Amino acid sequence: MKDTPLSNCERDFLLNAIGEKRRLDGRQTYDYRNIKISFGTDYGCCFVDLGKTKVMAQVSCELITPKENRPNDGIMFFNIELSPMASPAFETGRQSELLVKLNRQLERCLRNSKCIDVESLCVVSGEKVWQIRVDVHLLNHDGNLMDAASIAAIAALSHCRRPDVGILGEDVTVYSPEERDPIPLSIYHMPISVSFAFFQQGTYLLVDPCDREERVMDGLLMIAMNKHREICSIQSSGGIMLLKDQVLRCSKIASVKVSEITELINKALENDKKVRKAGGRCGFAQSMPQERITALKADVSPVEMAGIKENANEIVQRAEAPSQSVPSPVLPAPGTGQVGEGLQTSWGLEEKEEEEEEEEEEEEDVQHVVEEQGRGDVVLISDSDSEEEEVVILNQEALPTKGTLSKQQRAADSKQQRAADSKQQRAADSKQQRAADSKQQRAADSKQQRAADSKQQRAADSKQQRAADSKQQRAADSKPQQKNKKQ
Amino acid sequence: MLNSFKDKIGDVLLPGDVFSVQMPESITDSKPEKIVCGPGLRRNGDEVLVCKSGVLRHKPPNLYWIDSQQRRYIPVKGESVIGIVTAKSGDIFKVDIGASEQASLSYLAFEGATKRNRPNVQVGDLVYSQLIIANKDMEPELACIDSCGRANGMGVFGAGGLLFKVSLGLVRRLLAPQSEITVDLGKLFPFEMVVGLNGRVWVKARTAQQTLIVANMLESCENMTAQQRQVLFRRVADGSI
Repeated sequence: MKDTPLSNCERDFLLNAIGEKRRLDGRQTYDYRNIKISFGTDYGCCFVDLGKTKVMAQVSCELITPKENRPNDGIMFFNIELSPMASPAFETGRQSELLVKLNRQLERCLRNSKCIDVESLCVVSGEKVWQIRVDVHLLNHDGNLMDAASIAAIAALSHCRRPDVGILGEDVTVYSPEERDPIPLSIYHMPISVSFAFFQQGTYLLVDPCDREERVMDGLLMIAMNKHREICSIQSSGGIMLLKDQVLRCSKIASVKVSEITELINKALENDKKVRKAGGRCGFAQSMPQERITALKADVSPVEMAGIKENANEIVQRAEAPSQSVPSPVLPAPGTGQVGEGLQTSWGLEEKEEEEEEEEEEEEDVQHVVEEQGRGDVVLISDSDSEEEEVVILNQEALPTKGTLSKQQRAADSKQQRAADSKQQRAADSKQQRAADSKQQRAADSKQQRAADSKQQRAADSKQQRAADSKQQRAADSKPQQKNKKQ
Repeated sequence: MLNSFKDKIGDVLLPGDVFSVQMPESITDSKPEKIVCGPGLRRNGDEVLVCKSGVLRHKPPNLYWIDSQQRRYIPVKGESVIGIVTAKSGDIFKVDIGASEQASLSYLAFEGATKRNRPNVQVGDLVYSQLIIANKDMEPELACIDSCGRANGMGVFGAGGLLFKVSLGLVRRLLAPQSEITVDLGKLFPFEMVVGLNGRVWVKARTAQQTLIVANMLESCENMTAQQRQVLFRRVADGSI
């Protein structure tokens, strides 16, 4: 199916808004949308939400024979799936241009940067090596798929555990997780891709473009970098000419963003580890509420049992014989079965609503905290029992108080400062003003006085002066005349 | 039958729920009841099936429908929608209205248009128009004139505003005669709004900032209770956001 076209008015509005330094969702130029990283029940399964963009990555491994020219190296395989669920414009089973581009970029970002020790994946040289396969499924498309995919892939890889292997002579045994603990992959560093959209031939730059921004952008620059500020891959598309300064500036922004995201991934991994160790419900499993109709087990509730038989007998004896008339039966339509008619359905509707409300409230609270106090951690980990347990939210609004100062923070700080300054200034000004006023007043008073005095004085003076002057003048005038005559 | 409907008014129903016909105990004393099934309800022989998830609503005397929050638009004859012109081919325009298929719009279906005097419509323009053919087996067809040949508010529009998409449920709430959301929004600052029943809303205020405020507030209204909404609106009016 064709994608919804972008109307002219949207295009014009977006470009105008970007020119005015505004974005559709109220973000600043260098802001990311909220990032949420959560892990599945199995090892190597990771969900990443980047605003409305949603991506799932699953890592799996398999023993295969290695390539002949590299007998000691394990094999990394990356695969991205664009399903129609993400966007109606995506089709299954077709190698679209976007898919190839994303796949290639992910490979360059993760395989060519040698972030994973492929030699440790070797079991028997030339015969058996592990193949690590990363499947990235796009669940919802709202722009910036590459960043979400790279975060999901690297988080899933660092969360993944491969089974332990033992070698006895020629035999290779793969131990199940019960026999021996699975081994994590050895990861040297975490390359993370950061996308920059350029508008109006590179005049304006936005980080983390959303879907509609991606449609009106002129060019895209993707920088994959690790937290040691090493660039792993860099790609510019869209055919715009970038200045050297712009690329350097982008790499600086990318380094800040990458360090934040790496910290977030580490925190999410740590949390997941803690929850798993504690034996709690982790990942996707905890999002399934209990007391569903599918639950077959019910807890035994204690009931008072003493003297129950006597009671029952009494009741049976006292009771009258049941009437023979049968109430008119409910006739469901032919072919329909009805279970528990007249009962309240307990399909978790009310519980769900409550949960949602709670979540909303939580979010609102968070916003409150951020807005009112202007402080808070970047990584918010709610420690309630809700679904959010091991979920880390990168709240962009919370940025201004973080240790690593980015430009916006400084800008924001300085704004506050300025605001505060200006207040003081104004207060000081007004004081001075008042003081000045009164001074002027006094000065004016005294001036008038003086002026009046001086006028009189001057008038008197000038008269004398003029009289004297004119005399001199006349004398002087007459002198040159005399001189002239002489000449 | 009627009773089983009355019991469920305001309840959440899911596709596959069945209203079964109950045989009246004595046929002589009551007239056969009639029920009008609106969107989301479908008659199948002696029973009525629910085919959308949502809340059962009732309008006296006997109209029942499911109020759902879906986002996919299904064309209905007579509804006014916002479309985006995607192609000009011969004497028709192809218009995207968010349905499964593109709608066609004749260039003669504009006010004052003749064979000589063609309307000025470009690809990518927005048109506010009415569905005159909406059939599940046929391509939907639009017109920008009413039966008297008047534009009646329809036609090409949308210079300088912002178009965005909300759920169909919210659009119906916005278009309700005494809609609280519209009234509350109107108190903030003046703006123009065009609401299409296909879930598209176009907004234009004095500045880009104000347009964005309206757009974001409408989008956030989707899952808010009336109380939450009022709190939000008050905060915006105070200028704290």
